[in-house]
Amino acid sequence: MSILFYGSALIAVLSTLMVITRVNIVHALLYLIVSMFSIAVIFYTLGAPFAAALEVIVYAGAIMVMFLFVIMMLNLGQPTIDQERSWLSPNMWIGPGILAAILLAEMLYALNITDAEMAHTMVEAKEVGIAMFGPYVLAVELASMLLLAGLVGAFHLARK
Amino acid sequence: MFSFEVGSLLNIAVVLGAGLAVSVMMIWVERRFLGFWSDRLGPNRVGPFGIFQVIADAIKMLFKEDWIPPFSDKFTFVLAPMILPIVMLMALAVIPFAPGVGVMDLNIGLLWIFAMAGLASYSTMLGGLASNNKFSLLGSLRGTGQMISYEVFMGISILGVVILADSFTLRDIVESQRDGWYVVPQFFGFIVFTVAGLAESHRWPFDLPESEAEIISGYNTEYSGMKFGLFMIGEYIAMVVMALLMPVLFFGGWHAPFGLEFGTPLISGLFWMSVKAGFFLLFFILVRAALVRPRYDQLMSYGWLVMLPLSLINLLVTGAIVLYQAG
Repeated sequence: MSILFYGSALIAVLSTLMVITRVNIVHALLYLIVSMFSIAVIFYTLGAPFAAALEVIVYAGAIMVMFLFVIMMLNLGQPTIDQERSWLSPNMWIGPGILAAILLAEMLYALNITDAEMAHTMVEAKEVGIAMFGPYVLAVELASMLLLAGLVGAFHLARK
Repeated sequence: MFSFEVGSLLNIAVVLGAGLAVSVMMIWVERRFLGFWSDRLGPNRVGPFGIFQVIADAIKMLFKEDWIPPFSDKFTFVLAPMILPIVMLMALAVIPFAPGVGVMDLNIGLLWIFAMAGLASYSTMLGGLASNNKFSLLGSLRGTGQMISYEVFMGISILGVVILADSFTLRDIVESQRDGWYVVPQFFGFIVFTVAGLAESHRWPFDLPESEAEIISGYNTEYSGMKFGLFMIGEYIAMVVMALLMPVLFFGGWHAPFGLEFGTPLISGLFWMSVKAGFFLLFFILVRAALVRPRYDQLMSYGWLVMLPLSLINLLVTGAIVLYQAG
């Protein structure tokens, strides 16, 4: 299991790097989808098959499809690619890159000294459901209200 | 090695081989039956009953010029046709065919099939997007909207089955139908699932992403040779997966109707599973022969105004009855 975990973790990091550095937005999105797959594998290896399935169904199968859908409507061509390329100059990313690298080093150090074990409990779909509509029912209700507000807003905007 | 356990090498080979072979043969079966139902002959020249027509088609496709349009996005253009057959074969892996026959029993089997069906829409989308052609783009826009919408109802419609079976594992769902098929308590779920399944695999009458009368051939306009062949075979694998899922979810899977079991459970199971799946395959072809294609706005309003409320009410009533019976 740990080789699966580290393998997919590596793919997740690499593909996310590719998402940031691609100038063609469709290719960037394809790498983002790969990154979501690898995160789904990570969930699976950590004993959460339900979360893994939802990661693929909701993120890769629905949200990313919506992203692509919007990109299709926008009709981005070569000008956008050139613009992206001009924005991706080293003096833009080198500063944040160094700061993020320092944070990464600190996090690796923190993980190293705590000596965390990989989880071995299995969380089935049923337990997720019981937790969602048991102790966390308030959060679910709040999220549903937020989504309803979004739905009404989208409906209003689309009616014009 | 030659034992029939789930996931043995022989099992994987048989399931993969049979799945692919049936999907390929469906091309001939469909054309032949469409011919009968519209009072003409269909392909009957190559081999007995035209059965080698598929091979002739395959040879033609393989030897066609493999042309990638210079104005297309090459990476995505080549990637798009591969997605559909791959994800559909992966969906085939969790289907339980008979006791001990199947590639794997995943504890999230049903969700796995939904994940794969959701990913299948990338094939349509990326194909149209990468082609850089107005008709392709229109086709893939339609395909995406259609698949995203109907995925919602498909998901909700089978939740009733999940409530009754108390499991996402397809093998458990079949086992729990030993005493009665779910088509009776879940009739509306079955209706919604059938329609949504047809729309998901964009089979006729929901083949608006292709609709050759309006937008040439839709998302696969620019594809030729084996790349087009992959789109086509992927669609047939999707049809086979859907036809296998129908008995598993609603018609008792490998359980024989009216106690008509014979031989060993394996033989009887395989027989009844193929009979049921074959029935649904022919049903899909008959639907294609009988119905006309709706307009796109009709398709969407039908989905959101009829299918969504129907599946939600079905889920609500099923949950209420199960809770009431549990006390």
